[in-house]
Amino acid sequence: MADAHTAAPHGARSHLRHHFASLDAQKEAASLGMWAFLVTEVLFFGGMFAAYIVYRALFTRAFEGASNLLDLKLGAFNTAVLILSSLTMAMAVWAASQGRKNLIILFLILTIVLGSVFLGVKVIEYKQKFEHHEVPGPHFVVPEGLPRQAEIFFSLYFCMTGLHALHMVIGVGLLTWLILRARRGDFTVAYNSPVELTGLYWHFVDIIWIFLFPLLYLLGRHTL
Amino acid sequence: MSRAAEAEPAEPREHYLNAQYGVRSWLLTQDHKRIAILYLIGVTVFFAIGGVFAALIRMELLTPPGDLFQSETYNRLFTTHGVMMIFFFMIPAIPSVLGNFLIPLMIGAKDLAFPRINLLSWYLYIAGGLLALWAVIHGGVDTGWTFYTPYSTVYSNGYVVVTAVGIFIAGFSSILTGLNFLVTIHTMRAPGMTWMRLPLFVWAHYATAIIQLLGTPVIAITVLLVGAERVFHLGIFDPRQGGDPVLFQHLFWFYSHPAVYIMILPAMGVISELVTGMARKPIFGYKFIAGSSIAIAVLSFLVWGHHMFVSGQSVYAGLVFSILSFLVAIPSAIKVFNWTATLYKGSVSYQTPMLYALGFIGLFTIGGLTGLFLASVGLDIHVHDTYFIIAHFHYIMVGGTIMGYLGGLHYWWPKISGKLYPEAWARVSAWVIFLGFNLTFFPQFILGYLGMPRRYHAYPPEFQVLNVMSTAGASILGIGYMIPLVYFFWSMRYGKPAPANPWGATGLEWQTPSPPPTENFPVTPVVTREAYDYQTKEEPALG
Repeated sequence: MADAHTAAPHGARSHLRHHFASLDAQKEAASLGMWAFLVTEVLFFGGMFAAYIVYRALFTRAFEGASNLLDLKLGAFNTAVLILSSLTMAMAVWAASQGRKNLIILFLILTIVLGSVFLGVKVIEYKQKFEHHEVPGPHFVVPEGLPRQAEIFFSLYFCMTGLHALHMVIGVGLLTWLILRARRGDFTVAYNSPVELTGLYWHFVDIIWIFLFPLLYLLGRHTL
Repeated sequence: MSRAAEAEPAEPREHYLNAQYGVRSWLLTQDHKRIAILYLIGVTVFFAIGGVFAALIRMELLTPPGDLFQSETYNRLFTTHGVMMIFFFMIPAIPSVLGNFLIPLMIGAKDLAFPRINLLSWYLYIAGGLLALWAVIHGGVDTGWTFYTPYSTVYSNGYVVVTAVGIFIAGFSSILTGLNFLVTIHTMRAPGMTWMRLPLFVWAHYATAIIQLLGTPVIAITVLLVGAERVFHLGIFDPRQGGDPVLFQHLFWFYSHPAVYIMILPAMGVISELVTGMARKPIFGYKFIAGSSIAIAVLSFLVWGHHMFVSGQSVYAGLVFSILSFLVAIPSAIKVFNWTATLYKGSVSYQTPMLYALGFIGLFTIGGLTGLFLASVGLDIHVHDTYFIIAHFHYIMVGGTIMGYLGGLHYWWPKISGKLYPEAWARVSAWVIFLGFNLTFFPQFILGYLGMPRRYHAYPPEFQVLNVMSTAGASILGIGYMIPLVYFFWSMRYGKPAPANPWGATGLEWQTPSPPPTENFPVTPVVTREAYDYQTKEEPALG
């Protein structure tokens, strides 16, 4: 077992910033900071969820009809991919807690691959919407048989999934940074909170999707 | 400041100001005290810019016809005044300058929990401010600081998107500051510094941090949607596509009403410190003042609809928002009563910080009580969008927040700069500001009640006398603000050296030298006494 990094005590000490009494106190602060940040993210997406709820109640038929125009198969596939990426991320956090450098890197790479697959599928979906003139704005064509407010549905669809995708891109950037640090042997049994906290962020972004998928793709769908 | 004489010209001691020299040592610093100075420079510049625009507004309103500026230009003036003052001065002022400097000192920590994020938030603030300034220089925005749709999304020909992005970035700065304070207060308190021993300034900032964390993300997404609507022609707030402009108002005020408390709560924290420090008495009702800060933070999220009584909101929603708005008066009044009870039988010293504290209490009371007028639906419909509103919120923001900010700046200036400011000049300027303020804004209550609407550059001739009074007061107020600017600069070079504790106050920040060393305390302090324990210090309890 290529277990805990040999330079653990020294390596850990150098990660202690001057203004903290101990590594534990530093970890507690970092963890609380990330949770507080995620709370702000909930409120950030919350604004759009509020708009969704209001308009769905006002324009139920338009929203249900427009929802049917989304590609359920691609959406479901993406949901599976994202849940799988949460698993690999959790494995990376576990590997970090064991200080197993190669495993950390392996699982982080897997997470990046899955995240990229998700983003690639999203690009395909966006392209379809573009070709069908379902992107809101001057070129929008109201789909046949639907009320005019279908455009609002697509406005919200692009804002919500777009900001979610932006969070994914940022997440992939963070994962890349973690891989570089892991290669340097930064993460040990004693010091691994960057992996753990990035994991929190990644899971959070997944959870946002877990809410987006049923709201946008599933609710009110009558035909498959 | 009788104790000033005690300060001996000691040998040069290393402190945070002289630990390093050069521009790099400031722009890349991670020391919370230096970042506070960076913020002090930033907010002073934006305050000056906002002030210039206020002066232009008051010049136009000196005469009834719109003779100095066209109506379009006037729209841009009051928008810029509002945007600069609210997003780039009021919201950051007390937390980012005084809070940044004092919170670690008050709780016995070496720094904030995340020093690099602290520096980042200053850069974000400056970047946001520069973007907003860029928009002003290139022609400005004419929507009012409230960016109501569909005017802002469809019709306005100003730089709405650039300004919105500036506000978005500054919002991130505010979130990161709040996050830093929250984590610091939770995890970095010195041994013995329990929650119930925290200075009330820290409690106020804790409550502020909650609002910053929960409110700011909502304005961020809202201005983002406004920007997206302008650029990509989405229809979320556009009635032509079925969108609802009132939804924008809900989202906007969900942040922007709590934001009022981001501006006033830190000032209340300052006043709690000044009142006990200058009355040399323990605060009356510590737990109630601490709890009232949290209560204000919670209630602040439940009252946003009182901005929308005439916006097509349902009557029943209006009633509920009206009742909830009245409830905010309770924690606010608790504070005012406890401050005055603290003064009772105290050995009150009427030095400059106390003058500001008394000014705050008086003006905040007027601002708060007129707020109750506005929370009553019937009366609000009469004075809605008139100068009554303008007068009300300037009593809270200028009479409250700026009085608290200046009072705090005077109180802690010896700690920040290591120098004493000239007391006589400071008292003069405090009086000039108080008188100038009242002359500016009290006539506006009457103007508003008589029916003068806000945001117009011309008005009927019968309103001229009161408007001339207001403009005269604004000139006096402007001079009042310039005096401290001069003597603070003067004192940095010529002021007498300040002792560690010039006011003889309790609190950890007074136990370390002025100015503090880079690490704040030579050894981590251990707290054994309650906050504001003036009795055991002076004499045994009288029983």
